[in-house]
Amino acid sequence: MNFNATLIGQSIAFAIYLWFIMKYVWPFLSKMLEDRKAKIADGLAAAEKGQHELELAEQRSASIIKEGKEQAQALISNAQKRADEIVDESKDNARIEGERILTAARANVEQDIQQAREGLRNEVSTLALAGAEQVLMREVDASAHKDVLAKLSAQL
Amino acid sequence: MATTEHAELTSNSYIQHHLQNLTLGKLPEGYERTDGSVLVDASWTIARDAQETAEMGFWALNVDTMGWSLFLGAIFCWVFRSVAKNGTPGVPSGMQNFVESIVEFVDGNVKDIFHGKNDLIAPLALSIFCWVVLMNTMDLVPVDWLPLLFQKITGNEHAFFRVVPTTDPNVTFGIALVVFILIIYYSVKVKGVGGFLGELTLQPFGKWMMPFNLLLEGVGLLAKPVSLALRLFGNLYAGELIFLLIAMLGLWQLPLHFVWAVFHILVVLLQAFIFMMLTIVYLSMAHESH
Repeated sequence: MNFNATLIGQSIAFAIYLWFIMKYVWPFLSKMLEDRKAKIADGLAAAEKGQHELELAEQRSASIIKEGKEQAQALISNAQKRADEIVDESKDNARIEGERILTAARANVEQDIQQAREGLRNEVSTLALAGAEQVLMREVDASAHKDVLAKLSAQL
Repeated sequence: MATTEHAELTSNSYIQHHLQNLTLGKLPEGYERTDGSVLVDASWTIARDAQETAEMGFWALNVDTMGWSLFLGAIFCWVFRSVAKNGTPGVPSGMQNFVESIVEFVDGNVKDIFHGKNDLIAPLALSIFCWVVLMNTMDLVPVDWLPLLFQKITGNEHAFFRVVPTTDPNVTFGIALVVFILIIYYSVKVKGVGGFLGELTLQPFGKWMMPFNLLLEGVGLLAKPVSLALRLFGNLYAGELIFLLIAMLGLWQLPLHFVWAVFHILVVLLQAFIFMMLTIVYLSMAHESH
């Protein structure tokens, strides 16, 4: 262990290196690491925010889908109802129309019957007159017995 | 790897040769050198043996120590500076990764121990750790390679050349001296001259025991740099000595050197780490008043 001026030289050299590191190296490296830390923190925060937004969007989309489903359901049930109504309505219409046709037909038949009856009546009265003429061998004044004939035909 | 071309080479002279620095110093007028020549004038020269080194006194320079330590310090500064200049806060790669991990390691240790506000301590710790690691690492280069290379280059086969700066107490005490000055500087700065002197003299036994207190605290204060320097020097010196002993074992040195080198990696890092940690602790103590 012999000490000499190297001791002083080393002290000076160390002081110079120390100064250099303190002035030109450490602050930059330290700042760089701090910047990185900040950057990572920002990134993590942004990721969290993104995740949160994703969650919100999912919730929103779920509610929209639900709403849409409900609307579709409502539409379908409305349509169903309407279709039922239409069917019922047309059934009613058909029944009414049928009844109307039936009534008209019945009226026609009635009329025909009436006409036939009328015709028959006339024929009967004519026949009756003719028969009476034959029986009496003389002409009967139709107008003189009009009342009797009308009564008779009304009885038929 | 004892050089066998010198028949007179003994293990003793081999080890002594390896532990001698390449010293540049001034020899006085009329000094008779080892080879018998006598200096006409006082002149600056390279010492040729231990006696000449001793004769040169304090004003001599260990050229090998200075050269290697400055070279390693320059590498350290250059690497860290280039990263500081070109590094990005983005995804780091390669050397930046490496440098950042060291910086974070040092920074973490400083933050654990030192709680005040001081822009010097972290760079100080980084400088000590990296520089000492680099200087210690020179111990892992086989002991004869660089000296032999140097002897071949200079053509002087007796040239001394020590490549591990931390086995030279001048280096370890040089760093410890700076740390010591900083301890005193911050003690005075934080506590004032009175506070610092009071700390040295008024405790632990009160003002009536002032001389005894001063003795006790003075020893405590001086022990800090001395223990820093001696611990590092002693560990590395012993490590190098064992490398030298292993190097004289012929073929056996190959496995033994490997084993000791692997173990020595631990010493290299551990001693640098201890030097750094104790420096932080001492400076942290300088900032606190008891």
